[in-house]
Amino acid sequence: MEDSPSYALKLKNINKHYGGVHALKAVDFDVQTGEIHCLVGENGSGKSTLIKIISGAESPDHASEIFIKGKQYRALSPIISVEAGIQVIYQDLSLFPNLSVFENIAISEYGEKRASLVNRRRMREKAQQAMNKINVKLNPDKLVRELSIADKQVVAITRAIATNAQVIIMDEPTASLSKHEIDELLKLIINLQKKGFTIVFVSHKLDEIMSISQRVTVLRDGDKIGTYQAQELDERKIEMLMTGREFDLNQSTDKKITQKTVIEVRQLSKRKNYKDISFRVNEGEILGITGLIGSGRTEVALSLFGMNKPDSGEILLEGKAVQFKTNYQAIQAGISYVPEDRLSEGLILPQPISTNIIVPILDRMVNKMRIFIKEDVKTVVDNWVKDIGIKTKNPENAVKTLSGGNQQKVVLAKWLATKPKLLILDNPTVGVDIAAKNSIYEIIRQLAKEKLAIILISDEVPEVYRNCDRILIMHRGRIKEEVKASEISEKVLNEKVIGGVVSV
Amino acid sequence: MSKITKRNEFYLALVILALVLLLTFTTDQFMTLGNLLELFTSYSFLGIMSAGMLVVLISGGIDLSFTATATISQYIMSTVIIEHGGNLFLAFLIGAVIGVALGCVNGLLIHFIKKHPLIITIATLNIYKGLLMYFTKGKWIYNFPLWFSKPHDIFIFENSQGDIFPISLSLFLFFILFIILAFILQYTKIGRKVYALGGNREAARRMGFNIFGLTLFVYGFMGLLAGIGSVSHALIVQTVAPNAIIGKELDVIAAVVLGGASLQGGSGTVLELSSV
Repeated sequence: MEDSPSYALKLKNINKHYGGVHALKAVDFDVQTGEIHCLVGENGSGKSTLIKIISGAESPDHASEIFIKGKQYRALSPIISVEAGIQVIYQDLSLFPNLSVFENIAISEYGEKRASLVNRRRMREKAQQAMNKINVKLNPDKLVRELSIADKQVVAITRAIATNAQVIIMDEPTASLSKHEIDELLKLIINLQKKGFTIVFVSHKLDEIMSISQRVTVLRDGDKIGTYQAQELDERKIEMLMTGREFDLNQSTDKKITQKTVIEVRQLSKRKNYKDISFRVNEGEILGITGLIGSGRTEVALSLFGMNKPDSGEILLEGKAVQFKTNYQAIQAGISYVPEDRLSEGLILPQPISTNIIVPILDRMVNKMRIFIKEDVKTVVDNWVKDIGIKTKNPENAVKTLSGGNQQKVVLAKWLATKPKLLILDNPTVGVDIAAKNSIYEIIRQLAKEKLAIILISDEVPEVYRNCDRILIMHRGRIKEEVKASEISEKVLNEKVIGGVVSV
Repeated sequence: MSKITKRNEFYLALVILALVLLLTFTTDQFMTLGNLLELFTSYSFLGIMSAGMLVVLISGGIDLSFTATATISQYIMSTVIIEHGGNLFLAFLIGAVIGVALGCVNGLLIHFIKKHPLIITIATLNIYKGLLMYFTKGKWIYNFPLWFSKPHDIFIFENSQGDIFPISLSLFLFFILFIILAFILQYTKIGRKVYALGGNREAARRMGFNIFGLTLFVYGFMGLLAGIGSVSHALIVQTVAPNAIIGKELDVIAAVVLGGASLQGGSGTVLELSSV
C-alpha cells in the first residue's frame, strides 16, 4: 500500500536527531499527486528539517523510508531529489541578482558538464518554454536585481519548472510580500496545480492556507499532530493544533481609558508624505492605524518620533506643543518607537540581550564618573527579561540566538525601559509565530492597563481589530475613516481597508 | 540614452576626456601617438594584473597578495633565465606557473580556512613578501641576457616623416588577454558561474556548483595574470626589484572598481575595465 502511485511523495517513520535534540519524531508525511498540501507549524516544530530531508540536504536517521512516485529511497541527496522531480524554493529564493532573468531560469545549464561554452540561445528558449508553460511573462533580459519581490518569486518558480520539477515545495513564500502580491502568488499556485504540478506550501499565515490547500499537515515540537482535509479546519482550530493551546482572540474589554490626553496631533501635514492628520490618544488607550503599505502610516509615526519633520501642524504632548529636532529629544520627552524592521533598525544581533535592552537608557546606568554600575544593569535587565517573558537561559546570550518572537520582545523591553508615556509599535508581529504573537498582544494589553498610551500600526486587520480601541484607516496620506472596534465587525473593517484600493 | 548615462563608464569617459583635453591644450607633447603608446605600454603590466583582479572581484572575493606573487615570479623567472638561458616563451611560462601555484595556495587557504579573503590574502602577502626578502636579500636584478633586453615589438608603424611607433609585446599581450578574458567571462560556463558565485554564494552552492573548483580557478587565474604581468613588467623596466610592484595593490583594485566592478561581488565587465 505504501507505494501507491497516486502519492507523489511519501515519507514513513522519519526520525532525525541533531546531537541530543530529537527534531523529528517518527513522522509520516505524504503528498498526493496534483494536490496543494500545506505544512504548518510554529518555529522549531520541525518543518524546516522535514523539508531539508525531502530536498536531500539532510539525511534522516536509520529505519526512515522515503518513496517518490512509488520508488523507495533510503536517503536522498540534493541531486537525487532534483532528478526525482522535487524542487524546493527557499524563502530567500536563491536567485542570482546580478544575472538576467533567463540565465536565472536556465541556470541548471551551467551545472551540466557536456560543453564548456554557454549556449545563450538554448538557455533563452528553455526559459521561454518554462514561462509559457505556466503563462507568465517577464522580460528575459532584465536583471533579477531590478525585479519586484513578487516577480523574483515568479522567476524562482519558473526555474523550478525549467528543471522539470513535478513537486514544488515552497518555504514561507509569502513572508515578504504585500497583500496584493500574495493574492497574485496564490493565483499562480492554483494555476500550477491546474497544470498538474504538486505543491507543498509552508506557511504560518492561516488565511492563505485555508484559501488554497486541499490538505494540511500540522507539526508541533517534532511530532506530527495530524493531516486534515482543509475544509475540516478553521483558523482557530489550526492555531490550536499548532500551539496546543487555545487563545482568547476576542477584544479585551476590561481596561479603563482615562480622560487624560497623552498626545494630540492637529492638522499635521508633510508634502508627499501625509496631509491633515489629526488624532489624540489618551492614557490607557490603544489607537490602531492601518491601511495599505504606502498609505503614510509609518511617516506619521516617524514625525511623532522626531525623525521626519512635518511641514505644518502641531504635536501636543500632555497639552504642551513640542517640536522634536531629533529622536533623542523625543525619547527624552517620553516617546518610544518600535520599528517594523527589528533586524536592521531595532536590534544589535551579535550583542547580548542585556546590552540591547539598556541601549536607550545608558545615561541612567552610570555613576558620577560615567562608569557603568553593574548591579543596576543586572537588576534592570533581569526585571525586563522576567516581565516581558523573554525565553532565554542567560541574558548575556547574543540576541541572534533567540527566535523571532523573543527578539521582538527584546525590542519591546528596550523601549519600555525608557519608561515612555507613548509607545508607537510599527507592525510588531511581522515574522513572528502565533504563540509569540499572542504573548506580544498580551503584553500590549497589559501595558495599556498600566495607563500607557499606545499607537499600534499594522498591515494586519485582525491585529488592530483585536487589540485597539479606535482605528484610523489611512489611505494615500490621509485619514480616510476612524472607527471604533467595538462598533463594527472584523469583516466590515477588512472591507473598509481593502476598499481603499478598489476606489482608486 | 538614459541607459548610457546610468553606467559608470559614461562618467569615467567624461573625466578621461576632460583630462585628455586639458593635457592636449597645455602641452604639445601629450597628444602624440608616440606618447600615447608609451603611456599605454608603461601601464600595460598593471592592466594585465587588473584583468585578474576583475575576476576575483566578480566572484565576490579580493586578493591583496598578487603583487607579492608577481614579484616572486619575477625573481624566479630572472634567476632561471640568467643562469640557464632560455627564451621569451620560457620566461612567460615560468612566470605563469609560479603565479598559478601561488594563486592556488590562496584559493586553497580561502576555501579551507573559511575566513574572509581579505584576511587570508593580507596574510599571504606578508608571507610571500617575507620569503622573498629572506631568499633574495633584497638584491636587485638587472643583468638580463641580451635576448631579453632588446626591444620586443610586435608591429612597427612608420609615418611619412620616418618616425617609428612600436607596439610592444607587453601592450599586445595586454590587449590579447583582455579579449580572452572578455570571452571567458561572457561565453564560458565557468565565467558565468564566477558571476553567479559573486551574486549569491549560497544559491550557487545549492545549485550544486563546485565552489572549491571555482575558488581555485578565480585565485589561480589572478596568480596567472600576476605572473604574466610580472614578466611583462620586467621586459618594460629591465630591472627586478623587491619593491617595484609591491605596493601597487590598491592602484589595481581602485582601477578595477572605478571600472565598474563591485567590491560586493557579482558585477563588472571587461568593457568597463578597459575604459579605465
